[in-house]
Amino acid sequence: MRRAVTPWAFLAPALVATAVLVLLPVLNTLWLSLHEVILFRPRSRPFVGLENYAKALTDPVFWEALEHSLVWVVCAVGLQFSFGFMAALLLNRTFAWRAVARALIVVPWALPSVIIGLIWTWMLDFNLGVLNDLGVRLGLLSASVPWLAQTGTAMASVILAVMWQGIPFFAVTLLAGLQAIPVELYEVASIDGAGAWGKFRHITLPGLATVIATALLLRMIWVANSLDLILVMTGGGPGTATQTLPLYAFLTAWSGGNYGQGSALAVILTILLLGVVITYVWRSRER
Amino acid sequence: MKRARLTLLLGTEIPILGFLAFAILPWCWMMLSSIRPERDLTRSPIALWPQTLTLINYIELLQRTSFAQNMRDSLIVAVGAVSLGLTLALPAAYAFSRFRFRGRQVLRTQFLVINMFPVVMLILPLFVLMRSLGLLDTYFALIGGHATFTLPFAIWLLTGYFEGIPVELDQAAMVDGATRLQALRLVVFPLAMPGVIAVGLYLFITSWNEYLFALMLAGRNVRTVTVALQLFIGEHQIQWGLLMAGGTLVSVPATILFLFAQRRLVGGLTGGAVKG
Repeated sequence: MRRAVTPWAFLAPALVATAVLVLLPVLNTLWLSLHEVILFRPRSRPFVGLENYAKALTDPVFWEALEHSLVWVVCAVGLQFSFGFMAALLLNRTFAWRAVARALIVVPWALPSVIIGLIWTWMLDFNLGVLNDLGVRLGLLSASVPWLAQTGTAMASVILAVMWQGIPFFAVTLLAGLQAIPVELYEVASIDGAGAWGKFRHITLPGLATVIATALLLRMIWVANSLDLILVMTGGGPGTATQTLPLYAFLTAWSGGNYGQGSALAVILTILLLGVVITYVWRSRER
Repeated sequence: MKRARLTLLLGTEIPILGFLAFAILPWCWMMLSSIRPERDLTRSPIALWPQTLTLINYIELLQRTSFAQNMRDSLIVAVGAVSLGLTLALPAAYAFSRFRFRGRQVLRTQFLVINMFPVVMLILPLFVLMRSLGLLDTYFALIGGHATFTLPFAIWLLTGYFEGIPVELDQAAMVDGATRLQALRLVVFPLAMPGVIAVGLYLFITSWNEYLFALMLAGRNVRTVTVALQLFIGEHQIQWGLLMAGGTLVSVPATILFLFAQRRLVGGLTGGAVKG
């Protein structure tokens, strides 16, 4: 009897806190999403069923936000992963100042999104930005470009900033994965006459597979949920050019005061992400 | 020998330098901008190399704005979030690593899934909740909000660390007559300490860096640095000098702590997710 109770005594504080801070809010969001809740009209909260969801699905802005979210996640994670992987492979080689390089490359990871947003907004500024200045001086640009203020370049600019933030994550996690692969495997492969590509293809990639899958999943969820960087850099603009799904949900509630509609959008985002997570867990179980 | 040196230089060292330049230069540009007078920053074309260096932006930031107060608020919130997170997570992680009980797997996965919940899903009802409790704009509200991510993250990482400590050690202590709590205090915690510190530092940084909760659940009386910095932008024209000085003051402590913590964290990050 005692044995059965003890673990629950240890778990109780965390479970109670989670129930209050996470479970209750999630249920509350579900409830809000089924009601018409306007922040400035606290007395009337009529039940509207699935109307908020129906409104979202017939709203062209929603579909546009979903499309932006897809572009945001695929480009950001794709670029972070590719460059992070390259950096990890390079850092896995032996050279004199490797420890220094390894420490310095993580710097962007530690910075708050707000500051990353500020740094890149400052560097991309139309009049005072160093990137426009260098671009014009080196002849890459014929004139200053308002990177964040025009529809065609705003998304690419915020993706550049999030890529900068995310490369260290992949570089460091994949490097740890690379160092866990036994050196003997490479030695045996060399004796068997395998080339660099063969070793990469048959030892490195399979050895890294789980680390890659986990890192990609974590980062994807994180990037899909994150809205602070975009909020700081463009606020979703110009127009709605950089408005992703979480940002749209947030702005609908925060600036629009429409908590019912915002909650419905948040629930839709959660369902989409849960779909991804469940697929991952299910596939890793199979393996 | 010479050829090998050249291959190393061209194939490894120069590409790495490229990556480092990309990672470090924007950061350096912020710090450099923070020690230049406003007139240098607003002159076009830009002088890449500064003629005058000054601390005027820092002096102005700390004397004429509420930034020192904001730093204090951030510190209180972050310390609170770390304390709350660790206090709740340590016993929970111990339970997950040392007991086999019904529902263990489900609960562990649950904490992992919570960590992936969209912030917007939690932040809207937490705002409504804190408002109806009259807690909006207090340290309490913000520390509670930050616990939504510090707690699951701490449990996930700490469970991994505890599992790395052989059960036989605390069993031996208990055979020798120690109670479970004594075994925990005298055997498991000291061994897990480096991991606990790393997790604590990481939680501190995530709370210190957080923006959305700080914006929504607080922002007037309790204003953290991230919210304060963002507000500098709205006022009339952007004062880049002040912004860059503030950005430097906020990011330097986070970066230093992160350099200490990250080595231990990396293994835990990807390790905990795959093993059940």
